Amino acid sequence: MALDRWIALILLGICMAYGYAAWFTMDAQLAPFMRRNPIWPSTFPKVLSILGIAMSLIILLGLEKSEEKIGEIDYRRLGDYHIGQALFLLGLMVVYALLLRPAGFLISTSGFLILGSFILGERKWHIMVPTAVIATLFVWYLVQQVLGIYMRPLPGFIGG
Amino acid sequence: MLEGLLIGLQTAFSLQNLLMVIGGCLIGTFIGMLPGLGPMSIIAIMIPVAISLGDPSAALILLAGVYYGAIFGGSTSSILLNAPGVAGTVASSFDGYPMARQGKAGKALTIAAIASFSGGFIGALLLMVFAPALSSVALLFHSAEYFALMVVGLSAIAAFAGTGQVAKALLMTLLGLIMATVGEGALFNLPRFTMGIMDLQSGFGFITLAMAMFALPEALFLVLKPKDLSGENSGEIKDLRISRAEAKSIAPVIGRQSLQGFFIGVLPGAGATIASFLGYAVERNIATKEEQDEFGKGSIKGLAAPETANNAACTGSFVPLLTLGIPGSGTTAILLGALLALNVTPGPRLMIDEPQIFWAVIMSMFIGNLILLILNLPLIPYIAKVLSVPRNYLIPFILFFTLMGAYIGQNNATELLLLVAFGICATALKFADYPLAPLLIGFILGGMLEDNFSRSMQLYDGIAFIWERPMTLGLLVIAAFLVLLPSYRARRARARQDGVADGD
Repeated sequence: MALDRWIALILLGICMAYGYAAWFTMDAQLAPFMRRNPIWPSTFPKVLSILGIAMSLIILLGLEKSEEKIGEIDYRRLGDYHIGQALFLLGLMVVYALLLRPAGFLISTSGFLILGSFILGERKWHIMVPTAVIATLFVWYLVQQVLGIYMRPLPGFIGG
Repeated sequence: MLEGLLIGLQTAFSLQNLLMVIGGCLIGTFIGMLPGLGPMSIIAIMIPVAISLGDPSAALILLAGVYYGAIFGGSTSSILLNAPGVAGTVASSFDGYPMARQGKAGKALTIAAIASFSGGFIGALLLMVFAPALSSVALLFHSAEYFALMVVGLSAIAAFAGTGQVAKALLMTLLGLIMATVGEGALFNLPRFTMGIMDLQSGFGFITLAMAMFALPEALFLVLKPKDLSGENSGEIKDLRISRAEAKSIAPVIGRQSLQGFFIGVLPGAGATIASFLGYAVERNIATKEEQDEFGKGSIKGLAAPETANNAACTGSFVPLLTLGIPGSGTTAILLGALLALNVTPGPRLMIDEPQIFWAVIMSMFIGNLILLILNLPLIPYIAKVLSVPRNYLIPFILFFTLMGAYIGQNNATELLLLVAFGICATALKFADYPLAPLLIGFILGGMLEDNFSRSMQLYDGIAFIWERPMTLGLLVIAAFLVLLPSYRARRARARQDGVADGD
C-alpha cells in the first residue's frame, strides 16, 4: 500500500474517533435549555465527521484513480537523502523547546544555532560561534526591546 | 471613492507605513530569492512581527510588501540560477535563464522588473475598481449566503489548487475544518474536543499551524535534498538597459497579461502559479511563427508574460480577501489569519468601517511596486549575493525563526512541541502528495463557516435556509459542481482512452 493510502487510513481513524465524540459523547454535557436550540455544538462536527470518513474511504479504496507520480522527494528512497541530518535537527528543535525556559533564551538559542550548523556538517568554529552569538543577541534585543515581549535571557538560577 | 483614496494616501504615506513597505519589499525579495522558501513560509515567519506592530494597516502593508517582494525575488533566482524560489515564477525561468546564459542577465532582470511592476500596477488599478463594486454586492449577503459562499470557495480551492486529486484536497480541507472546531467556539462557550488538555482550550494556534504547514516542511526538504545553488551563475550582472524596439514588443504582452493575470488571481484556488503558466502558454500561441521559435530560448515576450501575470494575479487575489473576507489562496489565508488576530474582520464592511485599512493597502501596492522597480532593481546584483550564503548557516536560522514565531505568538513552550509534531505530520503529508494549503485555509475559515452556518440554522430553525433562499441553493449547487466536475472529466477521459485501446 502506498504512503498516501496509509495516511488516508490514519485520517480515517482520526475522523472516526472525532465522529464518535461528536455523535455519542459530546451531547451528554449539553444543558437542557440548549437542547431546544436547532443547532448544537455537535451539529457541525457531525457533518464534518461524515464527510471526512467518506473522503478518507475514497482515497483508501482508490476510488479516485490517478497516476502515480513522484514528487520532489521520493519517499521510497528516503535513505538516499540526508535523513539523518533532518532527524537530528528535529530532535534539536525538541530539545530547544524543552530548554528554552529553564536555560534561558541566550544560551539555548546560541546553542541551537551552533549545533544546527554542526549537524549540517559545518566545522568552522571560528565563524559558527560568533555568528550564532551575535545573531542571538540581536534577536533578543529585537524581541525584548523593540517588540516588547519578555523572554528570560539567562538561566533561572542566575536570576535571569 | 475619492475620499477613500485620500484617506488611503494619508495612511500609506505616513513614515511608519512607508518604512513597512520598503522593509517588507526588501525582506520579501531577500528571502523569496532562496530556492525552496515560498511566499507562504516567509509571510508565516513575518506574522508575529506584523501582529506585534498592533496597527492593522501597518501589518497588512508589511505582509503585502513581503508577498510581492517574494514573487519579485523568486523571479531573480529563476533567471540567474534556473532555481525558482517560488512556484509562481517557474515559468519565468523558461526564457529568463536562457537569456542569462547568453550573457543578457541584466536585460532579463530589467524586463522582469518592468513586467512585474506593470502587472502589479495595473492589477492595483483594477483592484480599486472591482473591490468596491464587489463589496457593495456582498453587503446584500445574508449569513446563509456567506456560509454557501465559503463552501464554494473551499470547493474551488480543493478542485483547482491540489495536485489534480480532488479527494485528497477535500480531505485536507475537512481536516482543517475539524482542527478549527477544537477549543472553545465563539457561539457556544463550551470547550470541544480538548481531551481534557488545558493547552488546547483556546484551540490550535494559527501561527503555529502556518509555520508547521509551510515553513518547516520546506526547510526539511532543503535539508533532505540540498539544492545546488552554485549553478553556473552567470556571474556579472551588467547592462540593465533595454532598447526601444524591445519595449515596444513587450508592451502588448504586458497589457494582455495584466488583465488575464488579475482575473485568474481573483478566482479562488487559481493564483499566481496558474496565471503565470497560462500567460506563458497564451502568449506563445498568439505570437508570430518566428517569435514562437524564440520561446524557450530566451524570448523577451516569454519572460514578460509570466512575470506580468504572476504579479497581477497576486494583486487579484486580494479582491476576495478584502471584499468577501474569503481567502482564495494559502498566502491570502495567512493574511486573513493575521488580520483576525488584530481584531479586523475583512469583508464587505471593511470598506465602510475601516476605510483607512482598505485604501492604505491599495495605495501601498502602488508604492511597493514602485519601490521594487526603483530600489530593488539597482540593488539586485548585491541582493543576489544572498544566494551564496551557505546552507549550513541558513537552515538553522530558518528553523530558529519558525520556532521563535510560534513562541512569540503564544508565549508557551508547549506550542514549540506542537510545532515540531505538526511539522513532521505536514512533511509526511507532503511526501504523499497531499496539498497543505487547503488544510490551512479550512482551518482559518472553519470558525467563520460554523458561525454563519449556526446563525442561519437559528434564524430558519433548521436547515430550511438551504432551499428557502435561492441564492444559497445556487451557490451550494455550484460548489457541488466544482467538486464533481474534475472527477467526471477524468473518468470520461479515461473511458475514452480505454475505448481507443479496445478499438485497436
